[in-house]
Amino acid sequence: MKTIYKVPSAITSRDTTYCPGCTHGVAHRIVAELLDETGLTKKTVIVWPVGCSVFGYYFIGTDALIAAHGRACAMATGIKRVHPESFVMTYQGDGDLASIGIAETVHAAARGENITTVFINNGNYGMTGGQMSPTTLIGQVTTTSPYGRKPELNGFPLHVPEMLATMDGPAYIARGALDNPQHINQAKKFIQKAFTAQQKRLGYSLVELVSTCPTNWKMTPVESIERVKREVLPIFPLGEFRAVKGVE
Amino acid sequence: MGEKLLMKGSEAIAEAAIRAGAMAFFGYPITPQNETPEYFSRRMPELGRVFLQAESEVAAINMVYGAACTGTRAITTSSSPGISLMQEGFSYIANTNVPCVVVNAMRGGPGLGDIAPAQADYFQATKGGGHGDYHSIVIAPHTVQEEADLMFDAFELADKYRIMVVVLVDGLLGQMMEPVEFKDWVDVKKFKTPEWATVGQGDRAQRNILISFDILAEGLEKMNLVLQNKYAKIRENEVRFEEYKMDDADYAITAFGTVARIAKTTIELARNEGIKIGLIRPITLYPFPEKVIENRASNVKFFFDTEMNEGQMLEDVKLAVNGKKPVYFHGRLGGIVPTAEEILDEFKKHLGG
Repeated sequence: MKTIYKVPSAITSRDTTYCPGCTHGVAHRIVAELLDETGLTKKTVIVWPVGCSVFGYYFIGTDALIAAHGRACAMATGIKRVHPESFVMTYQGDGDLASIGIAETVHAAARGENITTVFINNGNYGMTGGQMSPTTLIGQVTTTSPYGRKPELNGFPLHVPEMLATMDGPAYIARGALDNPQHINQAKKFIQKAFTAQQKRLGYSLVELVSTCPTNWKMTPVESIERVKREVLPIFPLGEFRAVKGVE
Repeated sequence: MGEKLLMKGSEAIAEAAIRAGAMAFFGYPITPQNETPEYFSRRMPELGRVFLQAESEVAAINMVYGAACTGTRAITTSSSPGISLMQEGFSYIANTNVPCVVVNAMRGGPGLGDIAPAQADYFQATKGGGHGDYHSIVIAPHTVQEEADLMFDAFELADKYRIMVVVLVDGLLGQMMEPVEFKDWVDVKKFKTPEWATVGQGDRAQRNILISFDILAEGLEKMNLVLQNKYAKIRENEVRFEEYKMDDADYAITAFGTVARIAKTTIELARNEGIKIGLIRPITLYPFPEKVIENRASNVKFFFDTEMNEGQMLEDVKLAVNGKKPVYFHGRLGGIVPTAEEILDEFKKHLGG
């Protein structure tokens, strides 16, 4: 009999702590499927962030650390430099990576560290209750932009992959989304290429995943998915922004 | 032990750390200790070890943290403002129970301060510094030779207790050149990845999770108690101090690092005049050698604490003396180094009182 669905062995038996309709679960699943498919699970160290996925080590069964807020790429650098045979990943949200941790991210990318970042962009600080983040859209209401994000007050959303793609250090930079099966399959392909970049020691790899936050967006799961398609993807377009030779 | 070399303290620290088995250095430039990372940057690649200049002290300590989680001997060196930036990392390292070594070549503060030698980070180093209820082991050498010797002990203590060890020096100890003889090289080929390290599960039955986090207060209290039990063992077993001419002393000077060294000259000057002063020099500032100070309180007429700050170790000395005898103080601020004569003059103000 052909297996058409199973839980990846890299996923633990714990129920997740994520809200209904949150796409962290989908992101975890495709990461875990790839760990299974590449046989990397037992070589992997994941550096988890501060944010909703601080509990990520409950759900993906690898050696695990939790970095201080924003410091995941620095910590991952420390591991990878002394233990290059380990497969080292960071999993970070937009507050963690694009705000407080942007320096660590940019410099890990500039150095071409052989680490892989999965970057969950849901446009706000989910864990702390939905405050404005660097990727909050213009006009978006959050708990700290109650009148909507205004460019003259808060500047503009940060496009992390586009920015990193201008640099020479990264081997692979892409943005995917988790709002429909096609996009999920594409996102998985992107992360697989990011894994390849690290395995071949080609340099830094990052895949942003446009995600949902129904609780803080104050929407149903279905409305959240619709918002991604309608409002977020026009601002954060999908695709590969940098892929050096050898990444496939 | 090998041949005697003439070396600057800041370079002797690096060479000693390398011989003691430092496999990775992460750091960020700051005066007055740039010779230390520069030395590492030359030597580490020669030995196939890691040297990496980080984008900030914040990144540097988190790189050390990552390397420490693999059970690798890792070190950073910095000076006061840089050490302030690392405090978040220190706190995480403490509650994750991973070993590392940090050298702070203290300079004048607060703020940007200056680049002259100071001892004003005693509170920050010995009382925790970052958030939460934690300590690091703090070691304060007072000569270049002692800097070289204690680097070996720093790594051994860090590994033994899975704790951060701070080597607290100042710009003067870094800049002075003295003959130094290094202990034998630690055989790094014998290093094994510890059972607790996060390097990928491999053949282990369980995966390893190294975190400073428990969302439930009951769990976090247990983590705190693990730390407190460790600190109790350290206080019991790792106190180090030097008593200098205390056997017949009528008075005791307490001082650490550079000032302790100057105080030894003060004591010679005083003894030439027939004033019998001795020195109690804490080598570990945490754990603090409170028992020896408490015991000496019955022998001496008073204590005279002297530091390059406004009386930081003074508080620990007073706690140890516990009101049994007067404790006087003389300090210099902002990077001024007191002279032996100045200390003696200040000391004499309390004679016959």
